[in-house]
Amino acid sequence: MSSVSAPRHAFRFGADTLEIGIMALLLVASFSFFALMAPGFLSAVNVRSMAVQLPELGLLSLAMLVPIISGGLNLAVTFTANIAGLTTAWLVQNALGDAGVLGIVAGIGAGLAVGSAAGLLIGVIVARVGAHPILVSLGAMIFLQGLGEFLTRGGGISGMPAGFQWLGSGTLIGIPIPMLIFLLTAGGLAYFMQFTRTGFSIHMIGSNPRATEYSGINVRRVLIVLYTLSGLLAAIAGMVMLARFNSVRVGHGESYLLITVLACFLAGANPFGGFGRVLPLVLGLMSLQVIASGMNLMGASQHLATAVWGAFLIVVMTLRMPFLKRS
Amino acid sequence: MDDIALRAERVSKVFGQSRVLDDVSFELRRGEVLCLAGENGCGKSTLIKILNGVYTPEAGATFSFGNATAVSRITPHDARALGIHVIWQDLALFPHLSVAENIVFDDYVASPFRPLSRRAARSEARGVIERLGVPLDPDARVEDLSIARRQLVAICRVLRAGARIVFMDEPTASLTRNEVQTLLEITRSLSAQGISIVFVSHRLSEVLAVCQRVTVLRNGALVGTYSTEGMTQTRLSQLMTGRELTLTPRQAACAGEPVLELRNLSRTGEFEEVSLTLHRGEILGLTGLLGAGRTELAHVLFGMNRPTGGELLKNGKPLTLRSNRDAIRNGIAYVSEDRLHLGLVQNQSINMNTAVTVLDELEKPRGFLSPRRLRELTAEWIQRLGTKVSDAELAVSSLSGGNQQRIVLAKWLATKPDVLILDCPTVGVDVGAKAGIFEIIRQLADEGMSIILISDEAGEIWMNSDRVVVLKAGRVSRELTPNATTEASLEEIINA
Repeated sequence: MSSVSAPRHAFRFGADTLEIGIMALLLVASFSFFALMAPGFLSAVNVRSMAVQLPELGLLSLAMLVPIISGGLNLAVTFTANIAGLTTAWLVQNALGDAGVLGIVAGIGAGLAVGSAAGLLIGVIVARVGAHPILVSLGAMIFLQGLGEFLTRGGGISGMPAGFQWLGSGTLIGIPIPMLIFLLTAGGLAYFMQFTRTGFSIHMIGSNPRATEYSGINVRRVLIVLYTLSGLLAAIAGMVMLARFNSVRVGHGESYLLITVLACFLAGANPFGGFGRVLPLVLGLMSLQVIASGMNLMGASQHLATAVWGAFLIVVMTLRMPFLKRS
Repeated sequence: MDDIALRAERVSKVFGQSRVLDDVSFELRRGEVLCLAGENGCGKSTLIKILNGVYTPEAGATFSFGNATAVSRITPHDARALGIHVIWQDLALFPHLSVAENIVFDDYVASPFRPLSRRAARSEARGVIERLGVPLDPDARVEDLSIARRQLVAICRVLRAGARIVFMDEPTASLTRNEVQTLLEITRSLSAQGISIVFVSHRLSEVLAVCQRVTVLRNGALVGTYSTEGMTQTRLSQLMTGRELTLTPRQAACAGEPVLELRNLSRTGEFEEVSLTLHRGEILGLTGLLGAGRTELAHVLFGMNRPTGGELLKNGKPLTLRSNRDAIRNGIAYVSEDRLHLGLVQNQSINMNTAVTVLDELEKPRGFLSPRRLRELTAEWIQRLGTKVSDAELAVSSLSGGNQQRIVLAKWLATKPDVLILDCPTVGVDVGAKAGIFEIIRQLADEGMSIILISDEAGEIWMNSDRVVVLKAGRVSRELTPNATTEASLEEIINA
């Protein structure tokens, strides 16, 4: 009962290698282009500002990537970030105002818990009712928006203690804190997706939830965990935004929503689920930031940069197709 | 010579380095049903595509049709003009259009600017449907029809297009037994109308029932063309594989202690008061027509559904299954009949599909699922089951049916079950690979595993079971031992 065919020695250009390669190429190309063309692109001020701006979109994109790999979507990521930020800001300013650093830590903990709870709610409904995640998270998104606007009466909360603002503007070993938070989170998520049972199951569910259930995986539990994780990641984004702007309002970062979806697809996540990697997403996000900052330095409007992002997605998809067909 | 509809001589085809067809000649008589038989990869599809004008053969081939002059290749245009049509396994219908629109579709291709008249389409289609004598509603949407009905639509379509030679690619693969009978009747009536039919099927009993002659290919070369008169399934599979297959009935081992006991197990609307006992090291054949409750019973034993009555005992102790995870923990594994949708996650890798059932064991220490252990597990099972895999990182869909089934077996054997339920384990698996799968199953039973083998192929059940239980309308109707009966009488009991 054994007839194992000889291992193939030919180098196989795996899909993961391909995505990492494409994104690395895109980053090098855009970086070199603006380094040559945009005045002051390599200046410390610009590099620092890029490193401070990227994490918000980056963390929200990580929150979007996990549901996308599972074959779903979480449209509530931006408002989850807002609600988490509001929770923290309100607690730190009011209830925990006198507790110093401990108050800040408790406030952050409460914000992250609220974000996770928003994700948990989506996860429980997706898992129990079986409704499509787009519908469930759309409902959750509108619910969180309305709830937030009702509670804040359309206004915002600003003025955080200096200790909290340090999270948005400080540096540690020369790296801006938001960037550090983003890289650590991305690293943690990459590990989770590749080296844990739940991460493994998320990929399987993304390709075929029924066959995964038949294999003995508790699909409902995995769905609940992954949407909770998505909510937690969105809440981390909310903390970074609150720290950087020193204020929070419902609707902050709303325009990021579809950009996070774009970033995931740009990095090769499969729109039908099952496939997607953290590293190409991080590289892709860096390219997007390089393009935005570079064009800004060259005097182009922010809107034109957005147009270029869209064009990039189309170009990269077009270039990728022949490789995918071959493999 | 005018009774020859198509004669192809010295047909070869080379793709890159490999010669997939080597000097094959065959002829098709007017109004005959000919079977094109061979294992996967023997060149059947390539030959069909050459005859249909999709591929160009290597120089040296000749094709002749009745009295017309011979040509060296068939263009797609020739194929149309000669009335050569292929009904592929996926049927290539338009699901959102009506039956009538699908049947007359070729008219629109011929004259794209002609206004579409629903009424004309309907009456044209009705004519064809009546000619074939089948129960089809011209206004029904194709997506609402069963696979069997869709197939009839495809047949009507080629009739409407003036088919004189029809190739049918695995037409019975997804039909129930009764639907197969209907299709075979229709095939016979087409041939009575003078249409020549080339039938491609893995199910040898059908081939022998409907075809007059069978042309066998092996590794791209012609083995020969034989009359089906006096041909047996065993002989035909030997011709196809070139091997003596050891298809002898299993010598029933003496039964061990009871492992799984069903006492009056029922699930409303599916099966009623099923009582049976599965012993250690036994292969229990569970058969019956589709809809007799076989798969439904398996789903309850695997914990996917709850029984509504009766009792289940494992090793003498009552067993309640709240989910299939409970079943797996209690040593029960289930190989689904639907490998495409339920058995495997087709897009994901061979490695992941093998490991998915034992993630708990692979994640050691907790929180670290080692990719190396995962690869080792897969490699071990590939070795043990003789699976042909070039790279275990590739999607499992890249494997042939037989090799995919070995991966399904591997993922369940990795859970170290003591009860293995196999639901039609050879669906879509070709003849040579079938024998290999049964060899594995028999060996597992010899090693002490208890196996429930579900199948509607009497031959498989008869050959591989120690004991056979026949279900009928959700109830146990017969229990017998293969030694005390013949394959033919078992077939009769199933269909009775």
